[in-house]
Amino acid sequence: MVALLLPRLDRNGTPFDSTGMIDFTLNGATLLADPSGALFWPERRMLVVSDLHFEKGSAFAARGVPLPPYDTAASLGRLEAVIARHRPETVICLGDSFHDQGAPERASADALTRVRALTARHDWIWIAGNHDPEPDPVWGGRTLPQTVLGPLVFRHEAVETAGAGEISGHYHPKARVRLRGRSASGQCFVTDGNRLMMPSFGAFTGGLDVTSPEIRRLFPRRFEILFLGPDRLYRFPNSALLPSRVLAV
Amino acid sequence: MTTPARSLPRDRASGSLPDKVTQWFARKGWRPHQHQLQMVEAARQGRSALLIAPTGGGKTLGGFLGSLIELVETPARGLHTLYISPLKALAVDVHRNLLEPLSEMGLEIMAETRTGDTPQSKRQRQRKSPPNILLTTPESLALLLSYADAGKMFRSLRCVVIDELHAMAPNKRGELLSLGLSRLAALAPEARRVGLSATVAYPDEMEAFLSKTGRAGGGDVTRIEGGGAVEAKARILIGGDRLPWSGHMGTYAVNEIYAAIRAHGTTLVFVNTRAQAELVFQALWRINEDNLEIALHHGSLAAEQRRKVEAVMSKGGLRAVVATSSLDLGIDWAAVDLVVQVGAPKGSSRLLQRIGRANHRLDVPSKALLVPANRFEVLECQAALSALRAGQLDGDAPNPGGLDVLAQHILGTACSAPFHPDALYREVVRAAPYRDLTREEFDSVLEFVATGGYALRAYDRFNRLERFADGTLAVASPAVARSYRMNVGTIVEAVTLKVRMKRGRFLGEIEEYFVQGLIPGDTFIFSGQLLRYEGLRETVVEVSPGQGEDPQVPAYAGGRLPLTTHLADGVRALLEADELWPTLPAPVEEWLRVQQWRSVLPKRDRLLVEIFPRGERYYMVAYCFEGRNAHQTLGMLLTKRMERAGLDPLGFVATDYVIAVWSLQPARDIETLFDQDMLGDDLEAWMAESSLLKRTFRNVAVIAGLIERKLPGHEKTGRQVTFNADLIYDVLRKHEPDHILLRATRADAARGLTDIRRLGELLVRVQGKIDVRILDRVSPLAVPVLLEIGRESVHGGALTTLLEEAESDLIAEAMGGDMQGALPL
Repeated sequence: MVALLLPRLDRNGTPFDSTGMIDFTLNGATLLADPSGALFWPERRMLVVSDLHFEKGSAFAARGVPLPPYDTAASLGRLEAVIARHRPETVICLGDSFHDQGAPERASADALTRVRALTARHDWIWIAGNHDPEPDPVWGGRTLPQTVLGPLVFRHEAVETAGAGEISGHYHPKARVRLRGRSASGQCFVTDGNRLMMPSFGAFTGGLDVTSPEIRRLFPRRFEILFLGPDRLYRFPNSALLPSRVLAV
Repeated sequence: MTTPARSLPRDRASGSLPDKVTQWFARKGWRPHQHQLQMVEAARQGRSALLIAPTGGGKTLGGFLGSLIELVETPARGLHTLYISPLKALAVDVHRNLLEPLSEMGLEIMAETRTGDTPQSKRQRQRKSPPNILLTTPESLALLLSYADAGKMFRSLRCVVIDELHAMAPNKRGELLSLGLSRLAALAPEARRVGLSATVAYPDEMEAFLSKTGRAGGGDVTRIEGGGAVEAKARILIGGDRLPWSGHMGTYAVNEIYAAIRAHGTTLVFVNTRAQAELVFQALWRINEDNLEIALHHGSLAAEQRRKVEAVMSKGGLRAVVATSSLDLGIDWAAVDLVVQVGAPKGSSRLLQRIGRANHRLDVPSKALLVPANRFEVLECQAALSALRAGQLDGDAPNPGGLDVLAQHILGTACSAPFHPDALYREVVRAAPYRDLTREEFDSVLEFVATGGYALRAYDRFNRLERFADGTLAVASPAVARSYRMNVGTIVEAVTLKVRMKRGRFLGEIEEYFVQGLIPGDTFIFSGQLLRYEGLRETVVEVSPGQGEDPQVPAYAGGRLPLTTHLADGVRALLEADELWPTLPAPVEEWLRVQQWRSVLPKRDRLLVEIFPRGERYYMVAYCFEGRNAHQTLGMLLTKRMERAGLDPLGFVATDYVIAVWSLQPARDIETLFDQDMLGDDLEAWMAESSLLKRTFRNVAVIAGLIERKLPGHEKTGRQVTFNADLIYDVLRKHEPDHILLRATRADAARGLTDIRRLGELLVRVQGKIDVRILDRVSPLAVPVLLEIGRESVHGGALTTLLEEAESDLIAEAMGGDMQGALPL
């Protein structure tokens, strides 16, 4: 029962700035990971988010599990905030942006208006996901199965045989870090310098542990994670992670 | 129930027992206890009865006698008596003990159990054609009440027997049970209630629970006291003269414990935690030269293994069992000659119940030994013995009922048949935990059950309940009812994983959080043996026999209870009264004398704070005696304040008795540091962020039916798509902070936080009454807490700091500078 309140240490050698971001390179492109779980590509003024799962709450409510109806508004609020911070020209949503095809009927008028305002102000790309193979045109923006921009490929679900520079979502990666006899669990980016897997941005989305075979087969060698802490990102090598296939309720 | 067949006055000695019963007692050579006859009399009058008696003494038989007599005199088909116990095992045990007299008396009464283990076919048959006596648990009762045929099944009910009432009434299972009883009262208005309770500090609350009015003094309950208090021959046992300064395991006294076991027929060795059970068990076997039959019993062991121990024990085949509270409840053992409590008792009621297990008979005093594990525990044991002799009891009084439990009950009621909200409200407020429930609260919970109850009316078309023209409500679809039945109950257990020897047998279950801290190769003690963690396969923890003596990872520390206020006060009193010290073991007396000489002793109504340098740091030790949980909160808040005051606090450690904080600057202005407004802003800010509320919300959400329980094996489906309770909590707190589930969460957290209340009372009490001693070195009384530093695991709360620390350690160790360069980019 000892709580250690060490003075904040200087971070020698670990690049991060006061906004809690970490920059790194993927297939030659310099990228900024944001602690919100978004990714910014400064050179192209492009922002990437993954797995928004809009209207997940109402999808459960329709099945008799009345989750709070505030998830879409919450995710939208965070998305608007990160867009205001980085002022991108292009926004890519890496798939599963909508929890299901019924989302437009269940969404509130306010949510619809706010999404349409965002898609109208930016070059907005919906990458098709398994939950939303064809996002409704009512949201605005354009839909692509995947897209290649310079050295980077953007798709929803990683392809095992993909070359360098793949950026994907789908798995909602989470990790458990060992902290002297205790551990902390949370969402994270995963990268091996070759490909990047993004955390989910949606409010109600659970996660899959990075040590699970489904994710390990995509990162068979060394990799590192960027762990989404309370206000900044933390960088850990895969050797610092605890295996965990079981998650609490 | 009317029984016209019997009107003749009977022999007073055997009360009004029918011949078959009187003859049975005679054949056994027994005479009915006075309290058993009183129970029969209450039954004759159709009144409910509360029997408060120490363990043993034919309490359970007394509970059934009234029903047996009715069934002898007026044989009837259908369900007559429902017996409810907190443990499946206890229901099974009582069933076995009931079958014997039934067959010996030659009674054709059908008695059966119904628990989660009962086969599906038998359960269906029981609903169609119920036995006369059904023995079950609160959860199984809730399930039975949710079926459409509940009215038919319970119409014939005449009696409900609630065993171990004191163990259920103060918690959520009791709340669920109280609502079930109210439902039963509506379905079978004539059924009387019988409550069997151990001696408790709050007998009025037990009566209120049993009364159909929900209040004590409702006039429908006869209160019966069974036998006097347990007279206990209890004393403190010190192992040699090596009384430890700290530690909680008590293994230093293993030779003396072993000698006591050897000198008695059968001994129950009670410990406080499962980890302690494992260690004491191991220590005993290490010196067990006579190969005495010594067994181990705790809640994590495989059920089969526990049953085996229980069976051998009840046949008298064991010399000793090392056990945790898994044996606290009244499963009937044969003769126990001695109870040994290793470690501090933590509460006098708890100690009384444990001691009561020795000599399960009322007329013989129980024999007990208390083995304190360290010096402070000597004081605590002494205080507990004084409380016991003075007949002072402690323990938790029942709280107002949880709204999450009410939500579950409303949904269950809606699964059975349409109900009218007005009628259900009237029914609910007749359950003691809900007697003060307002209609507004009831309606909010009902609205939650029906639609989710959100201010943003987004889900009106997805209602779980359907509203009919006459104002009644029922479940909208069979799917809702199915989901209710999968999730019934109020026990939201920590996720546990099976432990299995590699290619071998199952050893038991272990909490997931413990496993998450292990890496393959770590060793730990479980099931009485040293094990090596091999890895996790699906949801099974694979282990192999470990090498060496000591585990690398200390065993899990679940189930550690804080010291009760009552005992804490006893310890304070003992410290102040130096005329009593000569009654203490010599090393303890000497310890206190030196403290008196070097510093001062804490005064009963004041707070002693010592400040001294050690190494490069300054230590502040406060003698609060409010229990470790309260001290931990205090530690959090104190260090926050010290940080603001520029004292550079580095850490703190809490025990049940004191808290120690260390810092780079010596603490000053102690009065301000302990100012009572600490519990205002600081506490609220801390609570809102703390994992406590999130954990509480998770339980509330599961019980209320917002989140479905995770079923075993569900997690295996590769892609993890389940949502996360923490995220729901965050969203709800931001968008609808007054939602009924958040209200329920706060109420729950507040009542779980008796510790915060204790802390608040302490801060108020010591305003202007703090004795500060500046010392040049550590004081004798401060030694135990300083020894805890580094022994205890790190406490949560400082997540950011820990993450930074872990990150920088790892980077320094593994990467030697910039990480980027080390990656194959």
